[in-house]
Amino acid sequence: MNSKKVRILVAKPGLDGHDRGARVVARALRDAGFEVIYTGLHQTPEQIAETALQEDVDAVGLSILSGAHMTLVPRVKKLLRDNGMGDVLMVVGGIIPEDDGRELINNGHADQVFTPGEPLDNITDYIGSKIRS
Amino acid sequence: MDQEKLDRINNQKKQWEEESKRLDVRSEPCETVSGRPIGALYTPLDTGSLDYEKDLGFPGSYPYTRGVQTNMYRGRIWTMRQFSGFGDASDSNRRYRYLLEQGQTGLSVAFDLPTIMGYDSDSERSLGEVGRCGVAIDSLEDMEVLFDRIPVDRVTTSMTINGPAAVLWCMYLANAEKQGIGLDQVGGTIQNDILKEYIAQKSWIFPPEPSMRLITDIFAFAADHVPRWNTISISGYHIREAGSTAAQELAFTLADGFAYVEAGINAGLDIDRFAPRLSFFFNAHIDFFEEICKYRAARRIWARRMKERYGAKDERSLKMRFHTQTAGCSLTAQEPENNIVRTTIEALSAVLGGTQSLHTNSMDEVLALPTEKAVKIALRTQQVIAYESGAANTIDPLAGSYFIEALTDQLESEAEEYFRRIDELGGVLAAIDNGFFQQEIADAAYEYQRAVDQGRQVVVGVNRYNTGEAVQIDLLEIDPDVEEKQVGRLKKLKEKRDGDAVKRSLEELKKGARGNDNLIPKILEAVKLYATEGEIISALKEEFGEYREKPLF
Amino acid sequence: MQQLVTELLQGNRRAAARLISLVENDDPQKRELLKDLYPHTGNAYVIGVTGAPGSGKSSLVDWLLKLMRKDGLKVGVIAVDPTSPFSGGAILGDRIRMQDHALDQDIFIRSMGTRGSLGGLSRATREAIQVMDAFGKDIVLIETVGVGQSEIDIVRTADSTLVVLTPAGGDSVQTIKAGIMEIADVFAVNKSDLPGSDRTVTEVNMMLDMKKSKEWRPPVIPTVSLINEGIDQLWEALQEHRRYMEESGRLLDIRRERVGRELTEQVEYLVKSSIWNQVKEEIELESLVEKIVHRRQDPYSAAADLLDKINFYGQEAEEGD
Repeated sequence: MNSKKVRILVAKPGLDGHDRGARVVARALRDAGFEVIYTGLHQTPEQIAETALQEDVDAVGLSILSGAHMTLVPRVKKLLRDNGMGDVLMVVGGIIPEDDGRELINNGHADQVFTPGEPLDNITDYIGSKIRS
Repeated sequence: MDQEKLDRINNQKKQWEEESKRLDVRSEPCETVSGRPIGALYTPLDTGSLDYEKDLGFPGSYPYTRGVQTNMYRGRIWTMRQFSGFGDASDSNRRYRYLLEQGQTGLSVAFDLPTIMGYDSDSERSLGEVGRCGVAIDSLEDMEVLFDRIPVDRVTTSMTINGPAAVLWCMYLANAEKQGIGLDQVGGTIQNDILKEYIAQKSWIFPPEPSMRLITDIFAFAADHVPRWNTISISGYHIREAGSTAAQELAFTLADGFAYVEAGINAGLDIDRFAPRLSFFFNAHIDFFEEICKYRAARRIWARRMKERYGAKDERSLKMRFHTQTAGCSLTAQEPENNIVRTTIEALSAVLGGTQSLHTNSMDEVLALPTEKAVKIALRTQQVIAYESGAANTIDPLAGSYFIEALTDQLESEAEEYFRRIDELGGVLAAIDNGFFQQEIADAAYEYQRAVDQGRQVVVGVNRYNTGEAVQIDLLEIDPDVEEKQVGRLKKLKEKRDGDAVKRSLEELKKGARGNDNLIPKILEAVKLYATEGEIISALKEEFGEYREKPLF
Repeated sequence: MQQLVTELLQGNRRAAARLISLVENDDPQKRELLKDLYPHTGNAYVIGVTGAPGSGKSSLVDWLLKLMRKDGLKVGVIAVDPTSPFSGGAILGDRIRMQDHALDQDIFIRSMGTRGSLGGLSRATREAIQVMDAFGKDIVLIETVGVGQSEIDIVRTADSTLVVLTPAGGDSVQTIKAGIMEIADVFAVNKSDLPGSDRTVTEVNMMLDMKKSKEWRPPVIPTVSLINEGIDQLWEALQEHRRYMEESGRLLDIRRERVGRELTEQVEYLVKSSIWNQVKEEIELESLVEKIVHRRQDPYSAAADLLDKINFYGQEAEEGD
């Protein structure tokens, strides 16, 4: 029967094609019972925010390995806010230096930042607990 | 070995196995990083069918299992080619000249993502990416700055560029001509391997058919005008980084190689006219022996197929020359200094596997672009292997090891099995369209990550001996003004060049794209008029369309 | 909640998205909302697109969207992907092919998992169509993988059904599932640049010609979605079918059938849920299950007992007590 499912948008903003992480995380989220909307590579912040809106997601996961995170993450977050979706959980994964990660969280652009080596269960558990609470 | 002797060894091995079962063994599975189970002991029983002349031969001789050059590193040490590029052309030019001064022997250009994807720095798609992962090149003007005071007739250059390879290559050639150097004097490599983009790296632009046409156009143009150029670097590196196993890297890369050979033949080229300029690019992952065997198997498979299936006659067509890079995906963000050790092991496997050139990763590459210090350590790693370790003293030193020969055979037959499946699907392009490669790799990547999460695969400092210490390391900062400066320069260029001539050359190019003529002279013409990369790629997109990925997981 | 309906009718995309979630999650207020939306529905024309995985449905939809937008039509897309029966999760990736339209304000794309419904389309899909209809979409495209019982589902939901085939290679089209031939109003033979395509087109045509003559003979259009070939003809064929449906009165017929079915379903749903709500209040289901599993009772008499307890059979049951 239909019941509430947690919906999460997994998106790759920017131009890098390294989607190994995004795809592995998408699979782990599916296996943990989430509905994952995957939009593919090379998405602009505008496309991501609009997709999040149309799909009415509970969380947005951005995967960025190109180093453009300090430009892209705040931009996506701002567009989400403009859409009235400022409260949507924002999770970022990728090659994010620690200082940058802290800055993104402290400035309210992201709720959590995951870097290489993070166990999949930690990621799914985090998102699950944040949304269900 | 005679049967009687083998029987005796077999009996002794059984006794040894009995004894070993009574003793303690470690709890971790003894598997390679690709999940391949490895036996506790290899004996002559595992290499019973090995025929030295047929399967190994001598260095520089068919089937080249022991190396493609007669003297290998006794003749000349491999080329130490560190991949680098960041910021704008003048930033990277400074780094290149530093590396050459440090004893590096070839250049390897990393382009930024907008350049890789065919966008100019002023495109809205480029926002935040200009000069970040590599150097930003928009036009011939940037290429002139990039190679300022670097003699391109004496230094060979490798360029990691695929979708827009033809455009960047033309810029390089145009710059050489402007330096007064004939095209027949210019040497280097363009990656130009679009198949692995669809399979793994995902930096595609056009659909497969027009992409393959651009590649065969390059083959033909180089054969006539730029004979020292490696027109393609058929790459397993990215397939591995995307999460494949060693056997998949080997099989998919070679399958791609054969697909290019067939494309060249179908385009009416004589195999021995273009095949000698095909080169390869492999990953050096952390599993030392499996990697060494992978390189040995690759050479043997290539030579055999080129000769037996495609009828190549020129020896150079049979010799697989390859570049190797240590595995970026084996590096850890935790305790990054450990990455120096990993890279050393990986680099040594590439050397023992007979690579022609090598890039060693810097310890901090999992965190950001490498600092000058980290790059220097990485280069020093190669120099220590080359001149201190003794690894370069003798050729293919592990040959004849029961384990090495058995594993080389095993990898070869696994690759053959993959070729059979790919043929069944209708060839490489059909298999891409089918999502076959993508699915195989995605499954392997997921399995690996699960193994790490469950501790079956140990990663030191990550899932074992993790102290949770914060990372203390200096990172390279990219000048935040690069984007603005680059966009400003581009604007000025567009003002001062002959806009009408650029427009005409782009129209000519589109006309050519609709027909069957070789497109390289037309691209070269546009480049010389300072048409930008983005303009040339946009013009081609109008005729060729764009590719979209398959939704597979 | 009423607010959401008002906002939707004013063209608020966020409200549309929220409403689809509410129907999808079977929200208690769903029925009220759908009731309020109902007067504003009935304008959208529903096109179903189905075919095997990898046949290029999403690419065809992508191109069709371009043509529909050229004609000034507002379009809603519902892309349905299967939910994993093991985890209950899903990866919904059909948007990948359509992201060029993500910023077009007159296209609204929604991905849905089947969430345990046996056919490819869930009831929620039909309700989501209502939302998009009320939202002012002229066309609603439903894309679904042709597996399981979705053929029946899609033909009951769509006004026109497009079936996407690919050249069968060496195989004969005879191997194509029987059900799929019956449901198509239009066929696309996609990837028709591959070998064997002509043969597939001919064979499908032959099979169609063997059928008793019907008023509408489904056209077979060869397409190459990779390079935009045959899409104009495909769109023309779909419009032709729509004209036929409208002019012949078939559209009204199938909508009549559909409403009849929906009415029945709604009644059944109300009856079922009211019974279950009572049952759950009255009886410890788990202990009953325990009993049956240990074979202290059989499921048949247990079910009858259950209904007795809630007085389903009325007076008589009480007397028998």
